[in-house]
Amino acid sequence: MTSLDIRGAAPAADPIGRRTSVRRPAAGGLAGYLFVSGYVVLLLAFGVFPTGYAAYLALTNDRGQFTGLGQFVKVVQDFRFLPAFGDIVVYLVLWLVLLVVLSVGAAVILRGRMRPGLSATLRFLFYVPGALAGIASVLVWLFMLDPSVSPVGWLISAAGFGNFAAVLAPGNLPVILVLIAFWAGAGGWMVVMYGALNNIPDEVIEAARIDGAGPWRTAWSVQIPMIKKWIAYMTILAFAAGTQIFVEPQLLQTASLGRVSPTWSPNQLAYLYAFQKGDFNGAAAISIFLLVLGLACAGVLVTRSGLFTVDDNE
Amino acid sequence: MTTVHSPAPRSGRASRTATALVVTLVLALLLVFFILPVIWLLLAPTKTAGELISDAPLSFGSFHNLAAAWDHLISFQGAAILVWLKNSAVYSVGSLAITILTSIPAGYALALTRFRGRKLLLMITLTVMIMPSAALVLPIFLELNLFHLIGTAWSVILPFSFFPFGVYLVYIYFATSLPRSILSAARLDGASEWQIFLKIALPLARPVVALVAFFSFVGNWNNFFLPYLVLPSSDAFPVQVGLNQLLTSTPSFNPVAGAGLNITSPELALAILISILPVLVVFLFSQRALVSGMLAGSTK
Repeated sequence: MTSLDIRGAAPAADPIGRRTSVRRPAAGGLAGYLFVSGYVVLLLAFGVFPTGYAAYLALTNDRGQFTGLGQFVKVVQDFRFLPAFGDIVVYLVLWLVLLVVLSVGAAVILRGRMRPGLSATLRFLFYVPGALAGIASVLVWLFMLDPSVSPVGWLISAAGFGNFAAVLAPGNLPVILVLIAFWAGAGGWMVVMYGALNNIPDEVIEAARIDGAGPWRTAWSVQIPMIKKWIAYMTILAFAAGTQIFVEPQLLQTASLGRVSPTWSPNQLAYLYAFQKGDFNGAAAISIFLLVLGLACAGVLVTRSGLFTVDDNE
Repeated sequence: MTTVHSPAPRSGRASRTATALVVTLVLALLLVFFILPVIWLLLAPTKTAGELISDAPLSFGSFHNLAAAWDHLISFQGAAILVWLKNSAVYSVGSLAITILTSIPAGYALALTRFRGRKLLLMITLTVMIMPSAALVLPIFLELNLFHLIGTAWSVILPFSFFPFGVYLVYIYFATSLPRSILSAARLDGASEWQIFLKIALPLARPVVALVAFFSFVGNWNNFFLPYLVLPSSDAFPVQVGLNQLLTSTPSFNPVAGAGLNITSPELALAILISILPVLVVFLFSQRALVSGMLAGSTK
């Protein structure tokens, strides 16, 4: 990012820089618009317009009459609304704690204490389940959690779950979802965290070593603080994605033969509004809540993390 | 990094052994956790549904069973799985092409040209990129419904091809790897903006094209939510949505609907394997892409 920062700083102070920045819009401006045009069309069509249209639907009723916050009040008062948000809160807390602790911990270990070949092999193996992200991961875990076929059936039975139905009890859902999310996603994050650690210059680590810091001390006081931004980045992305969870509980609901609530997550509730009740306005209102949540996360990352320095000398 | 510094503090050797033990244990547990399900999945189609329950979980059945599972799977709705795979390929590759065509010039322009609204566009791109795409699925469905596009291939391809993360990757790539002085020199030599893009930027863009292609393809192939909402008929399903249909046809997960079909656990396991094959292949070669993509910006 340094090159961006330098560029950002120069023109403000420097008269020559200023002159070029005035000239450039004339020279590069039109070309710039042409280059971004295709993307901007897609952005308007599948980013801006749907957001605006959902907002419009959320503020009106099925006859197009303006209803103010009526739709929002209606969905919030729905008896399934708060429980759905409650469900994802429990899930998210578990998931994020586990993700941060284990992915950072594993990355530190993989970066520091072993032969490079072994480290590379392990990283690869941890990351492979990522290829099964989405529905495939859920299906695999349906098998893993069924004591009759699972390779760890003994463990599941020992934990007190005699059969598949017992495992899929609604109360277990957050844990099951965390297992699935961790299995399909954590390996990729470990690789990413490892990459972030790798970007720390060797001299820094060397200096810590010369100062007498052991591997743990180095990890805790030097390496982890140096990748703090990336840990925040991971946490916020995982949080934002977690709030939108849909596929996983939807499939578990099917597999549990209907015992798990069909409106476990907010997105499932929105789905139910749109597809079973045919209430697009209500569905839009729920999706606006979720959009705002997603936007808030993105806003925090973009403006506060310092990861996305947009050079700017307009 | 392999050597441990020798003049260790007092507690020395014993604590170091304990640490090594903990480290080994953590790694071993993670390894089992990540890999055991994969191994099980690879072996499952070689057994019958009965053998999956009765035999040792990690045993190999027979190739005969594997062939039988394949036959059963293919006969499901007249080779529906092949249609689903074809659909997935069309949707993923089609939108990937549009993504590349739009994101490369856009990222380039954001990084190296100046125009009014550039910063705003960059901020919006960043925001939408970080915002989970699932948040826009229902609104996109409502929009497509408004324009009567539900059920067409375009209702999946076009939304998929909107990929702000790709634009951001290209932006970072050009901003950090192509010095602006080169462009200024070319401009002084009288090259047009278009020539500069074609002759200087594009040839340098190959690594980032691969990166965008990787993320776009994997995301598109694994996407379930949007196609699940907008594609009503089985002939149009991508394989992910098809798997959902197989699940609801598997007696062990749905005793009511499964009657009379030959889709049991081994068939489902085989279908999972087939459905992830393309992504798996891409994954085998892409660990580096993942790191450089996710860490875009910090490397320089």
